[in-house]
Amino acid sequence: MERKEAVLQDVVIKFAGDSGDGMQLTGQQFTNNTALLGIDLATFPDFPAEIRAPQGTLPGVSGYQIRFSSDRVFTPGDLCDVLVAMNAAALKANLKSLKPGGKIIANIEGFDAKNLRLANYPDGVNPINDGSLDSYELIKVDVTKMTREALKDFHDLGTKEKDRAKNMFVLGFIYWMYNRNLDNTIDFITEKFGKKETILQSNIKVLQAGYNYGDTTETFTTRFRVEKAKLPAGTYRSIMGNQALAYGLIAASQKSKLPLFLGTYPITPASDILHELSKHKNFGIRSFQAEDEIAGITSAIGASYGGSLGVTTTSGPGMALKGEAMGLAVMLEIPLLIIDIQRGGPSTGLPTKTEQSDLLQAYYGRNGECPMPVVSASTPSDCFDAVYEAVRIAVQHMTPVIFLSDGYIANGAEPWKFPKSEDLPTIEVKFKTELGHDEDKFMPYLRDEKLVRPWAVPGTAGLEHRIGGIEKQNITGNVSYEPENHQLMVRIRQEKVDKVAEYIPEQQLDSGAEKGKLLVLGWGSTYGAIKSAVMELQAEGLEVSHAHLRYIRPFPKNLGDILKNFEQVLIPEINNGQLIKIIRDQYLIPAKGYHKIMGVPITKTELVMEIKKLL
Amino acid sequence: MSETSVALPTLTAKDFSTDQEVRWCPGCGDYSILAQVQKIMPGLGLPKENIVIISGIGCSSRFPYYMNTYGMHSIHGRATAVATGLKATRPELSVWIVTGDGDGLSIGGNHTIHLLRRNLDVNILLFNNQIYGLTKGQYSPTSEENKVTKSTPFGSIDHPFNPLALAMGADASFIARTMDRDPKHLQAMLTRSYQHKGASFLEIYQNCNIFNDGAFEIFTEKSSKPNEALFLEHGKPLVFGAAQNKGIRLDGLKPVIAELGDGISTDDLWIHDERDFYKAQVLIRMFDDPRIEGHFPRPFGVFYESDRACYEDVMWMQIEETIATKGPGNLDKLLRGKEVWEIA
Repeated sequence: MERKEAVLQDVVIKFAGDSGDGMQLTGQQFTNNTALLGIDLATFPDFPAEIRAPQGTLPGVSGYQIRFSSDRVFTPGDLCDVLVAMNAAALKANLKSLKPGGKIIANIEGFDAKNLRLANYPDGVNPINDGSLDSYELIKVDVTKMTREALKDFHDLGTKEKDRAKNMFVLGFIYWMYNRNLDNTIDFITEKFGKKETILQSNIKVLQAGYNYGDTTETFTTRFRVEKAKLPAGTYRSIMGNQALAYGLIAASQKSKLPLFLGTYPITPASDILHELSKHKNFGIRSFQAEDEIAGITSAIGASYGGSLGVTTTSGPGMALKGEAMGLAVMLEIPLLIIDIQRGGPSTGLPTKTEQSDLLQAYYGRNGECPMPVVSASTPSDCFDAVYEAVRIAVQHMTPVIFLSDGYIANGAEPWKFPKSEDLPTIEVKFKTELGHDEDKFMPYLRDEKLVRPWAVPGTAGLEHRIGGIEKQNITGNVSYEPENHQLMVRIRQEKVDKVAEYIPEQQLDSGAEKGKLLVLGWGSTYGAIKSAVMELQAEGLEVSHAHLRYIRPFPKNLGDILKNFEQVLIPEINNGQLIKIIRDQYLIPAKGYHKIMGVPITKTELVMEIKKLL
Repeated sequence: MSETSVALPTLTAKDFSTDQEVRWCPGCGDYSILAQVQKIMPGLGLPKENIVIISGIGCSSRFPYYMNTYGMHSIHGRATAVATGLKATRPELSVWIVTGDGDGLSIGGNHTIHLLRRNLDVNILLFNNQIYGLTKGQYSPTSEENKVTKSTPFGSIDHPFNPLALAMGADASFIARTMDRDPKHLQAMLTRSYQHKGASFLEIYQNCNIFNDGAFEIFTEKSSKPNEALFLEHGKPLVFGAAQNKGIRLDGLKPVIAELGDGISTDDLWIHDERDFYKAQVLIRMFDDPRIEGHFPRPFGVFYESDRACYEDVMWMQIEETIATKGPGNLDKLLRGKEVWEIA
């Protein structure tokens, strides 16, 4: 049979199935396969908080969206071209995000009476048989049956075990559709199941069966190809946000020569940082799974006090629990990194869904006047550079620093032109090791020109001193309840954080003219959506520019000047308006907000509409 | 545990005091504890700069300010967790935690039990005064039942902790009790706590003369002490009484008070063995309310000691083993990962 090959520029696929169907793994494999071809990509994993929500139901649907393109991509795409629906619930939950005329690859067995009932379809209604999907290209595949057929000679495996491989059939089929080879996935399976020969062979067999199915079935006349993207030259790898963050911490530890101590308590979506760092003990990393969030941060404070790079990782509820200890770190004026992978709140909120939920908590969420720098990441690979900067600020300014990422960045993947270690800037750290010739007693709160106090760690002879959470007397660090001293110290601590602005880069525009009608100002994970929307509108000739913040406290020195150059400022956020409050407060401008609080990223399409309303 | 090979300047108790005015109430039991700690420190053979005292919040937690070593007055209940991070990263330091019955057993109870089970080589000095002093007189988790305080005008209804039983339940590797009013015993127990390799849990009965005066009088006053306090010594029988005429005998698993003489000699008594895990549990449960008729005397001394691997040592061992098998971390290799592609 003659086969055509079509070249596409930009494709969005969503793998959707029950949370036990292995859709995350399928998506990740396809992502790696895509990345290795030099195709640009962005991903959006979206899964339920329950490990195994009731099978077949709508709350149990797990999805993995990937957009890949020969052009640059900055978001995982608003709508899909292809929806893989392993069951009726997966179709129902995701049909609204499929483009008109898009392809549906439906697993027939997932649309049996039981699955239809669990997905709340009315009695007798089956969307894959009743013509209701006629405006799409429906491809019905009997995945389960063919998986079992492929494994008929695997007598050691029961039906349940055989069925577990059905995601490999789908993956194989999609590989065929997009003209890929299976090597990287075969390598992955070999590594994962190396010691379990039957499982290993059965997975490879089913993967190949899926590929061959595409090849031999006459239904499919066209295969698709997406060319390499025009990324800047260099060596690339695929990276996920939490992984990049962990690598950034390791790199900062190496380049500052400070041993890394992670004190943390598992919490979604931050736990993967603990998992990643725990793997790399040969970098001298001490990862400590504490008894609770408070012990996570206070053990990190103890480590920093002893001269390590103390880090704690968490998400919103844990941030709330750590508040008092953050205040202690502010009083002690020691380096500490508090990493918050934000999720929907308040309370337990939406553990697996994304939200820019904690900016105000990071800014203000502690007792007393308690300023500390806040740094944020805007994409998965940006976590590396941004956390590196956060460490630099913490150790060079003797201050706790809050680092904000979110669930979308943490679990998302993208190509990363990773740096060489020799190109990373050294992080200079100064410990005080002895009294100066003009000093007869150590003054732990005597400051330098940055208002930074010395870091004198236990074990240093002659510098024995006591610090604590009670107000310090200026210079000596002794306990002081004097009214004037307290006011002075509150102001010094504020000024010290404000001064960080002199040691960070000025704010740049991401795109657009320096003056104009509208500036879209963002922070964190809205980066891709804002960038894509603004670039599209610029192409239409609209006067719109984009600035994206990494440093949120203090703001870059020139931010006020940038804001003044625009008639209007729009601040889109995945929350009910947090950065906008701070910007209005500090710059007294009537900034406008766009707020989406649905646990999912803002799309390019909705932002385009929102911006057009203002122009 | 002494690791000094270079000659150290001879230190005295005075070298460990600071220029800060001690601000406990006159007559507070904390003064005695501070004095005994300052007295034993020179004898430990440690350079001053290698000693760190970490406290939480409460009257006792002001302690670090009065010790001329490194010190941190942290936040309520968290001294144990701060100390965990410090000791895990700086095993060569001698880390002392000063806490109280509220700080260590109420707001920070969780960290206390987890430190004990992990067995970091630190010394916990738990000042137990059975009352909240700094917040001016509410009952604590060790206050006896039916205690009338500001927050319990009709008597407290909480059942108190037996701190040593809690430590035993958390598998502490060193468990001891002493009192502020017996300086010699206190010094001996402080030294033993230091000498133990592993987490030492030392409960110190400490009188709060403002809000709970006389709480331990029955164990500390000359008139009642001999009959009410039983001092444990390894390998010696459990004997007490003004004339050393009474002892504790084991009837199966049950301790029984025995009068010596009349056919019963010290040979019939319970011989204390600090290493006996099972008998330690019985001994620790001798915790009768002294107001009850026929109550047991309260034991003081080392109840239990065992050798168990320390968290910080095993943590370091894992790092060394990983380096031995995988080689020291190579940043470029890490960043590169397994699969890369080139864009020309």
